[in-house]
Amino acid sequence: MNTPALLELRGIGKKFPGVVALAGVDFTVRAGEIHALLGENGAGKSTLIKVLTGVYSADAGELRLAGRVIRPAAPKDAERLGISTVYQEVNLVPSLSVAENITLGRQPGRLGFLNWRAFRRRAAAALARLEVKCDVDAELGSLSVAMQQMVAIARALDTSARLLVLDEPTASLDEKEVAELFGIMRKLRAEGMGIVFVTHFLDQVYAVSDRLTVLRNGQLVGEYATADLSRLALVGKMLGREVSAADFTSHAAAPAVTTQPVLAARGLSRRGAIAPVDLALQPGEVVGLGGLLGSGRTETARLLFGIDVRDAGEISVKGAPVRITSPRDAVRLGLAFCSEDRKGEGILPNLSVRENLIFALQGKRGVLRALSRGEQEQLCEHYIKALRIKTADAETPIKNLSGGNQQKVLLARWLATQPAVIILDEPTRGIDIGAKQEIEQLIAKLRSDGLAVLFISSEIDEVVRNCSRVLVLRERRLTGEIAGAGLNSENLMHLMAGTHEAQS
Amino acid sequence: MTKSSSISSRQLPLIVTAVIFAALFGTAAHFYEGFFSARVFISLLSENAFLGIAAVGMTLVIFSGGIDLSVGAVIGFTSIFTATLIERHQVAPGLAWMLGLAAGAGLGAGMGALIHFFRLPPFLITLAGMFLARGAGFWISTDSIGIGHELYGKISGYEWVFGTVVVPANALFLLAVMLAGWGVAHHTRFGRTLLAVGGNEQSALLMGLPIGPAKIGVYTVNGLCAALAGIVATLYTGSGNPSMGLGLELDAIAIVVMGGTLLSGGRGHMLGTLLGVLIFGTIQAAILFDGRLSSWWMRIVVGALLLVFILLQRLFLRRKRS
Amino acid sequence: MKPKAKSPIFWPLAGLVALVLLNAVHDLGFLKITLLDGHLYGVPVDILTQGSRTMLVALGMTLVIATGGVDLSVGSVVAIAGAVCAVLLQGGHSLAVTLAAAIGTGLLAGSANGLLVARLGVQPIVATLILMVAGRGVAQLIVDGQVIIIKSPSFEFLANGFLLGVPFAPLLVIALYAATHFALRRTALGLFIEAVGDNETASRFAGLAAARIKALAYIFCGACAGLAGVLAAANIRAADAYRAGENMELDAIFAVVVGGTALTGGRFVILGTAIGALLIQTLTTTMYNLGVPPAIAPVPKALLIIGVSLLQSEKVGRWLGGLWPKKEAA
Repeated sequence: MNTPALLELRGIGKKFPGVVALAGVDFTVRAGEIHALLGENGAGKSTLIKVLTGVYSADAGELRLAGRVIRPAAPKDAERLGISTVYQEVNLVPSLSVAENITLGRQPGRLGFLNWRAFRRRAAAALARLEVKCDVDAELGSLSVAMQQMVAIARALDTSARLLVLDEPTASLDEKEVAELFGIMRKLRAEGMGIVFVTHFLDQVYAVSDRLTVLRNGQLVGEYATADLSRLALVGKMLGREVSAADFTSHAAAPAVTTQPVLAARGLSRRGAIAPVDLALQPGEVVGLGGLLGSGRTETARLLFGIDVRDAGEISVKGAPVRITSPRDAVRLGLAFCSEDRKGEGILPNLSVRENLIFALQGKRGVLRALSRGEQEQLCEHYIKALRIKTADAETPIKNLSGGNQQKVLLARWLATQPAVIILDEPTRGIDIGAKQEIEQLIAKLRSDGLAVLFISSEIDEVVRNCSRVLVLRERRLTGEIAGAGLNSENLMHLMAGTHEAQS
Repeated sequence: MTKSSSISSRQLPLIVTAVIFAALFGTAAHFYEGFFSARVFISLLSENAFLGIAAVGMTLVIFSGGIDLSVGAVIGFTSIFTATLIERHQVAPGLAWMLGLAAGAGLGAGMGALIHFFRLPPFLITLAGMFLARGAGFWISTDSIGIGHELYGKISGYEWVFGTVVVPANALFLLAVMLAGWGVAHHTRFGRTLLAVGGNEQSALLMGLPIGPAKIGVYTVNGLCAALAGIVATLYTGSGNPSMGLGLELDAIAIVVMGGTLLSGGRGHMLGTLLGVLIFGTIQAAILFDGRLSSWWMRIVVGALLLVFILLQRLFLRRKRS
Repeated sequence: MKPKAKSPIFWPLAGLVALVLLNAVHDLGFLKITLLDGHLYGVPVDILTQGSRTMLVALGMTLVIATGGVDLSVGSVVAIAGAVCAVLLQGGHSLAVTLAAAIGTGLLAGSANGLLVARLGVQPIVATLILMVAGRGVAQLIVDGQVIIIKSPSFEFLANGFLLGVPFAPLLVIALYAATHFALRRTALGLFIEAVGDNETASRFAGLAAARIKALAYIFCGACAGLAGVLAAANIRAADAYRAGENMELDAIFAVVVGGTALTGGRFVILGTAIGALLIQTLTTTMYNLGVPPAIAPVPKALLIIGVSLLQSEKVGRWLGGLWPKKEAA
């Protein structure tokens, strides 16, 4: 490979208050290649992309484009330099026409007046380059997501782009649409463009990319030629577990006697989120929901908890069929759900630790049966001590606590409702090692207390350590289940990577 | 994704507005003799000239996802300000108008800067702007001041005559401002940037659009429009009055919404605002023609139409999402 | 209440005290309260009496703003409720029926707003604008465009009467403040409202019926406006559909913001709102005492609100934080 580097990032570092998002990351993209950028949550992919596109500026390191040092300070700068980006969420304006979305901010015209005819033509030309048939006068919002994605790419290409960044462009596309997108990517590659491709889908990495870079916890794991790296090895690198490393076997005991499942679902599904899935949780059992990011883990949890409406499927609690159409229903039936998005869906930032902690219990009791101040303080005292929550006092606003302690308060919020089932979605994400261990100890205690736990995590070892049984999801469908002696990280990785058939 | 569906989805609000106008006008023409005439039609515009001019600016503000409650007060202020300059200080009308326009634009720019730089809610800041402008107007004079300058008589007496059809100066002013507003909204980068900001500010930012200048600019332009409306109002009434335009901001917002523009921003058409003025004028004229209906029916009908349009918009957006 | 390091009512209270002192320096008679025929008289009493309506409307507005919304229709609801009172009293109905109808009107208006905001997801400003526009027309329709004079001593008592020498209207409003405070803090309602305003998604995910809580805030706000309409009509012994409740929504929003409740929702400060309403009323009275024409009295109000909202904005907070690095911390 002697193609010159189109883009070279050397020693990129970026810190946010309390977090090191990137530390000394190198990243090289050559002209005429599709380069996959991989990593789990918090690996630093999106920070790297934002540094590249001028949304953030790096604290350390240097960026070179075709040999020249660049310092993009805004998306517009990056665009001018030839770095164009298509973001995960289509970042266009749905109420404007296709033509406008392609040309906004750089419409041809004089003295601020627009030449509609010229920019319609330009938009049409950009779409034609992608061989996409689309009415340039159509309102963007009336198009399918796939088509909107194409428009976003056309916009990115409208400037004289040399490097195209596609940040999870396939997240909401179906197979046929993905194939079309890949066709376009290959075409652009043939024209000599460098393409950075961020995705969670391993099949896609192998289908289209030439080389790949893996990040983990803000650090570079390595850069590989796609063809030289096996799927299993790739998953190992993403999850920070070498296949050769000593294997864990689960030490989480299965429940002694199999009784009636406390929570069971049959054929639970939602279009575009998860294909029909069956699951059953026994009391005193920790069941893992394994899979890479975007595999449908969170989606399944949201359906169980009534946050999203399911298209089909039945849920039963303790053997009786139940109606769950809102989290309120779920809470009343003894379910609890700790969201992965602690800030957006978990904490009430300006309210105190006490208010956050008693909130779900109070919600369950209703408006009138208010917990007295004494009862509230007793609960707080109990949980602050039991979960070792570090806070000045119970009246501190929760936003002032560290991530780990916020998470413990949220766990306490749910434990206070004395649930029969608790769903933990990435409960250890973004929190320090000590708090992680404490949360794992807590899960073990919950199990011995007879709770059923549905545990979702990207950390493969964590899943193996804590669960007695793991359901594995891949590309939005349930692909397997492992339990007992077979539950080790290697088997799990095979299932997650989709290489188990080949192996067995 | 066919051509026809794209047209219907983009133009649907405009079509609905046009149909409602035709239905209202038709109904009125059916019930009231002499309603169906060019004279009545033109009066729909001329009677609402300064309201319509204010609505043009309001349309642009609403495009950007904002709102401006100060326009009525700015009209009152400009009217008494220019009248005082001309009558009490013998300032040439042209200069007085320039100063009035500058004051309106200045207030708008100030409010826009507060809204943009400090991320303060537009409705609160423009409410404060309304208090400021109204207070300043009354500070100049609490009574109305008649304007005797000959230029005023000349301009307000001016009209275009096509055969039997007479178009008064007022209506011409409104049409000119509408045309300018249409040009700005649909044929300048500024106008399209406003729609993009109102449609999705985050996207607009990532697209590299100048959000700050657009937001501050639109309140400035709206202040200018309101001041212009105030000047047209003094031409119309031949006097300056600090209480002029009381509550007019609500009518202006109602007109914009009836014109099919989405109140949350990002979607709309200046032509719809023209239709909105016509709908507003038709209700007004019908109530006048009837003679038995009292003036307060105006507010009730406008409120009801607002409700209908807002519910239609909700329905439209919901259907789209599913 | 436990004393805290930094009470949320500190600033509004400081503003009110400063304004009162300013007046007292200008004219010592400002603070004078006399007992005449067993009734209390004096400027502070007037401020309380005249400010009672704004206080009442602001009470309801506080809860709406705490949920992250706003209600622009309160002024129109005041006018409708006043009109309903006048027409019913004219028709010879009893005071009880009249009051029930007026408050019922407010409840109805609030339910309409709540339905639009909480159930249909219309933005609060947009949803309440409808009733703001149409409401005044409805009020005028009810009284047929007339200013109806009310001749009912018991009705007038509500606004202008005295109970044990103390004016009745402020007593009533203060009692309502106290009742609301207890209803919110002795039940979980206050917590739920603050939670919805602070993070609606998180509240919903924790099992709260967020839409119901929001609707309730608008309904309560409507009821407050309805009762304020009663007081407004009783105060002038007439239903003036044109002027009643004019700019009331502004004063109420101002009172809430000045009182320390953020427009973005979340924590609310009921006592702060009461102080904010009194601050605004005192400002109006001050202008009057200084001989400023009433028509330009809005100017200082506008400056006050710009100042307060700037102080509350994050950007200015950061600037100030930089200027005075935490001295009084710890």
